Amino acid sequence: MKPRQEAVYTESVERVPYDFGLSRRGFVQVLGAGLLITVSAPAALAAERPRRGPRGGGRGGTIAARLHIGKDGAITVLTGKVEMGQGARAELTQAAAEELRVPASRIQLVMGDTGIVPDDGITAGSRTTPSTVPAVRQGAAAARDVLVQLACQRWGVKADAVEARDGSITHAATKRVLSYAELAASEDLSKAFGQGVPSDVAVSPVKEWKVLGTSAPRPNARDLVTGAHRFPSDMVRPGMLYGRVLRPPSYGARLASVDLGPAKAMKDVVAVQDGEFVGVAAPTSLRARAALAAVAEAAKWQASPHPSSKEVGDYLRQRAQGGVPKNPFADEVAKAGKALRQTYRVAYVQHAPLETRAALAEWTDGKLTVWTGTQNPFGYHGELAGAFHLASDQVRVVVPDFGGGFGGKHTGEAAVEAARLARAAGRPVLLKWTREEEFTWAYFRPAAVIDIEASLDAKGALTSWHFININSGGAAVDTPYRAGKANCRFVRSDTPLRQGSYRTLAATANNFARECFMDELAAAAGADPLDFRLAHLDNPRLRAVLEEAAKRFRWRERVKNRQPNVGVGLACGTEKGSYVAACAEIAVEPAKDRIAVRRVTEVFECGAILNPDNLLSQVQGCIVMGLGPALREEMRFEKGEMLNPRFRHYLVPRFSDVPELDIHLLNRPDLPSVGGGETPIIAIAPAIGNAVFHATGTRIHEMPIRLPDAKNP
Amino acid sequence: MATEKTISFAVNGQPRTVTTDPGRPLLDVLREDLGLTGTKYGCGEGRCGACTVLVGGKGVRSCSTPVADVEGQAILTIEGLATGGKLHPVQEAFLAEGAVQCGYCTPGMILAVVGLLNEKPNPTDAEILARLEGHLCRCCGYPKILAAVRRAARAGGQRP
Repeated sequence: MKPRQEAVYTESVERVPYDFGLSRRGFVQVLGAGLLITVSAPAALAAERPRRGPRGGGRGGTIAARLHIGKDGAITVLTGKVEMGQGARAELTQAAAEELRVPASRIQLVMGDTGIVPDDGITAGSRTTPSTVPAVRQGAAAARDVLVQLACQRWGVKADAVEARDGSITHAATKRVLSYAELAASEDLSKAFGQGVPSDVAVSPVKEWKVLGTSAPRPNARDLVTGAHRFPSDMVRPGMLYGRVLRPPSYGARLASVDLGPAKAMKDVVAVQDGEFVGVAAPTSLRARAALAAVAEAAKWQASPHPSSKEVGDYLRQRAQGGVPKNPFADEVAKAGKALRQTYRVAYVQHAPLETRAALAEWTDGKLTVWTGTQNPFGYHGELAGAFHLASDQVRVVVPDFGGGFGGKHTGEAAVEAARLARAAGRPVLLKWTREEEFTWAYFRPAAVIDIEASLDAKGALTSWHFININSGGAAVDTPYRAGKANCRFVRSDTPLRQGSYRTLAATANNFARECFMDELAAAAGADPLDFRLAHLDNPRLRAVLEEAAKRFRWRERVKNRQPNVGVGLACGTEKGSYVAACAEIAVEPAKDRIAVRRVTEVFECGAILNPDNLLSQVQGCIVMGLGPALREEMRFEKGEMLNPRFRHYLVPRFSDVPELDIHLLNRPDLPSVGGGETPIIAIAPAIGNAVFHATGTRIHEMPIRLPDAKNP
Repeated sequence: MATEKTISFAVNGQPRTVTTDPGRPLLDVLREDLGLTGTKYGCGEGRCGACTVLVGGKGVRSCSTPVADVEGQAILTIEGLATGGKLHPVQEAFLAEGAVQCGYCTPGMILAVVGLLNEKPNPTDAEILARLEGHLCRCCGYPKILAAVRRAARAGGQRP
């Protein structure tokens, strides 16, 4: 496999600019007591790099930075990627097992501990599959080559005369066998593992895969069903306190004054103020809550004006940086047989991972260790070092497998807050955000305003395409359809809420707008939505998923056989190198105020499939998760206050929302594997929007998609 | 804060006594006093099911159950479900169907299903859905969770 250029994951996410600098305390600290090996250099280097710079491949390191073989034969593989339910632990374990020629059960994978793992970049952007899986495979293949060489040296035979198999090197001609444990017993192995991973190391071709390509289960699944696994919010340290942080009563409110006296008077309570940061810590969560209530009661705030969610579309349009670009193809529109223009809006939503932000911070001799749930361990490492003015090797971030991220856990404020409380308390502090804090103070998926204008010639072919995304992002802003002229742009605005990543970033908003608009154009051209798309689609991979989905859904038959209050719609798209198409059947309930999604057929293709069961889980999860923002999810706010920061009012998908699902994973063993945990979400909302039109004759231009008669939530 | 009280109950077959604020959520007592962190906080208002434990064999939301309410009762948490290293059939079913993504909702889901099967060894699909509607999985792994529950229900919650 050729070394590939590492794609840079770019995002625009606002960090909380905490600065709790004290005079730097000098100290000497041995890293990672009790850990298998110490490879601190990558971590130390990482935090000194610019925060948004290209990071990530974990390439160029030594074999030892990637894996370790103990004298007992235990194989430990190290990665900076993290597990939050997306299946990276299984797939990276498979990657190492494949190249080391051992069963997956032989591998122990250490993830996301900045004290010992290489920096594999943020776990986002579907980068684990195309970037870290190859890096782990190369590291493991290089290790295997070293094991082969050492065995050959001992036996005085050539490399092509031996085979690595099931944890041993075998020389068939003489029936000699050396296990990895036996080879690890010599100093030669650790010396050889000090060499860099060669960039041209040979990895197994897909057709020879024995572990990759199979449905290996999550290695620690048993600990999840027994409750034995410790999530970040389950971590405990001796003498630990429970923390709470004072939050403003509204967005943008500034702290005018506060009195910590009543809280400090409570037994065993620590209260701290550092600038605008105010927090408490106590031996139980209940007492911490009571102490926080005492502080909050006495706090005085200065509110600042803030728009309501109802006016956010106009607000973002008015503040578009450089103004909203005009259609440069006005002449095409003027002379076109038909032209359409439309504006789409997408609401702010929250990720709402079931495990809220949590961090346990402990200071030992001036060194800070934080156990937390994050997609960005080295980013947090840098944020902590920055906030407390620490050298990189004075910080360690440990990321136990955690309870969901969905693009929401990229910024380290909970970790910084826990560390600030722990420093004040002189004891470890566990901070767990409440659900309300999570809904209010975590960053949001950006709201979008999207303008589209397009023209058609007399034959119904697209002659121009103008697409402007205001505020939400440039992911999948380009159209995959052939148009005579195309102008697709993302324009920043001045967001009233703190915003950042979410599963597929802006690709959901951009696909919603584009695919709904394509249906409007199809109608204007007098064409079937499927035919209209295929007539403008050159990419064979996108055509393949669309045609397969339409076939499995029996699109043509269902379009023809109309039933009252039932509609069908389809959509497709590509993002992060993978391809998706969905067909949906919806029913509008008799009162015409609710949309029920009855059936979804989705076809997804992401190259050679690494783990079919895990990919199926991701596609199922994307479709069902996508139903939420498609139909109901929307953060509502007024005067800087969130109006629905609870599951009682912010309605995420539940069991009763799950439609009949027909999912087809199109395997392409001839193509490189790319990630599959995000793109399957982008087709569901527009397929529903188009089905609503088919059922009702009404075009809906907003997400969440609500019928005109729907009661306000 | 209220005056502390001494409260006794059984957790996973072991007698336990705590002296604490009687209004404190059972969830906090399990996690903070007894070290049983398998029971999770998700929303604090009984809307997500992550904190579900069995009290007298029935599923309750421990986040909104004051500890005083379980005086004298028998509580089962996820840590007590497997016996002698052998998983409960519902746990086995979750593993067999690969019904875990992040796994944070899993203990609450499993205990809710065990509670349902205690009451109705052969629940209908409608009964399963009604019982699980109060449980959130934000990974939205509902299809495989349902497959696991149906698998366990077919066996009547009994060990095969």
